[in-house]
Amino acid sequence: MDQFLQSIFGDSILTQLLLGVLPLVFVLVYALVTLYSEMKIAAHIQDRLAYMRTGWHGVLQPFADMLKLLQKEDIIPTAADKLLFILAPYVVFIGTYAAFAVLPFSSAYAGSSLDLGLFYIIAVSAVVVVGILMAGWASNNKWSLFGAIRSASQIISYEIPAALAVLAVVMITGTMNMNEITKFQAGGIQNWLIFGGPLPLGHKLFLLPVMIVLALIYYVCSMAEVNRTPFDIPEAESELVQGYNTEYTGMKFAIFYLAEYANLFVVSAIAVVLFFGGWSSPFGSFMSGPIWDLFWFTFKGMLLVFVNVWLRWTLPRLRVDQLMYVSWKVLVPFALVCVVLVGAIMVL
Amino acid sequence: MNPVAEYFKGIYDGVHTALIGMGITFGHLFTPAVTVQYPDVKMVMPERVRNRLYVNMDDCIGCDQCAKACPVDCITIKTIKSAPDVDLGMTSRNTKKRLYVPQFDIDIAKCCYCGLCTFPCPTECIVMTDVYEFSEYDRSNLIYSFATMTPAEIETAQIKLKKADEEATVKKAAAAAAAKLAADQKAAEGASAPAPAAKPAAPASGDKGTA
Repeated sequence: MDQFLQSIFGDSILTQLLLGVLPLVFVLVYALVTLYSEMKIAAHIQDRLAYMRTGWHGVLQPFADMLKLLQKEDIIPTAADKLLFILAPYVVFIGTYAAFAVLPFSSAYAGSSLDLGLFYIIAVSAVVVVGILMAGWASNNKWSLFGAIRSASQIISYEIPAALAVLAVVMITGTMNMNEITKFQAGGIQNWLIFGGPLPLGHKLFLLPVMIVLALIYYVCSMAEVNRTPFDIPEAESELVQGYNTEYTGMKFAIFYLAEYANLFVVSAIAVVLFFGGWSSPFGSFMSGPIWDLFWFTFKGMLLVFVNVWLRWTLPRLRVDQLMYVSWKVLVPFALVCVVLVGAIMVL
Repeated sequence: MNPVAEYFKGIYDGVHTALIGMGITFGHLFTPAVTVQYPDVKMVMPERVRNRLYVNMDDCIGCDQCAKACPVDCITIKTIKSAPDVDLGMTSRNTKKRLYVPQFDIDIAKCCYCGLCTFPCPTECIVMTDVYEFSEYDRSNLIYSFATMTPAEIETAQIKLKKADEEATVKKAAAAAAAKLAADQKAAEGASAPAPAAKPAAPASGDKGTA
């Protein structure tokens, strides 16, 4: 992709700019699709129909919502810290969007083929916490502050098991480059890391249960990191109004929303790269190629996003103490044991 | 149970019940919706629903019992007595109508849909219907007037009543005068015939009854 763009525009700043903007186009389209489908899935799970009036089965509703948000008054509370209040949504979005830089969408396109890709993603997605804390603090509102602090404590505690799960994968693949991890799993569904990767059969059999547990741990952590039900105590509507974005209106609110949905895809995409073969086709060389790769990556990512939405409308919200219990007393010990097991299997 | 077993059982239960829940919600994803597309499709209301009030003025006898029963005083009724020579007709239940009803207002904005007004009605002319779509932009539009009389009709009714009343008072005065005259005559004739003295008084009391 970068060679292709270079051949058209030459080795200029424009090429780099276009490469950087491509994921933004993806995020915007993806956010509209997810916004619509989440409402539809939620409604159908509750035996309702959701939007039916705007276009066929309400397909135009996300555009209507977007238009509405664009027209909304942009309110900044007088007691708010103006600078931080304005900056916060952008910090959150930048933290999320920066992660797209290393996501390998296809064998032909990855914003940047960083050798420390995974490390970079984990580091950069922590910037989101800063943004959320800024939003909560600058709003000068008790609910916002509670939401922000809850969010920070939650994300920090869940990053540990998530990082351990990532570490186990890195121990198997021997690289942090997301493209390399994907290539490692190429050659069909049996080579995906959740099924033990392309290792000798003896190793695979031992790795299989460990990898499934690790995938589960990573997925639970990723749900907690995007602040969605059952881990949505930062925005618990019934107790905290709307959490850290209570005071936000109009486009700033929309940016928070966009960041949440983008973050949802980022964590799902990381899970896809780590455990489900990234952009590689499940049928080996069949249906592979740059375009198919893009399809498979998006398809797998959206599938995980769907599972996330599905879980959201299934499980109730966890209490704060339950949340900490799950992280520190269940996920962390299990992740540690899994890391030790993976190490032992790889050494043998 | 020992703490270790409890710990693992907790984890097992957590994952297990989450999977059961996901199974249930996945099933519901494909069950047809139980809701209806409201403005296009409407649900059939049950037989005895209590929604907008309706008054059949042909049957109303102006007895005011619904207004008295109303706990929020949303019914206002005014009546005019009919003159003795006017026939207002019969209700569908074969009771004679004796009162004009120039005003029968229901402020449906105040109505609490308890249905208490419908029970005391002797002719069952005030009923609750199944109409529930009657929102308005102005609150005053929610005061429903059921009275059918035009201002002219009200005026004639009032004039007629006044005339009838005057006639009645004239008659009464005449009767009283006649009675007095009879009494005077009786007193003049002496106590020789006490029985006929009661006779003139009888028609006078009869007049009073019809007035």
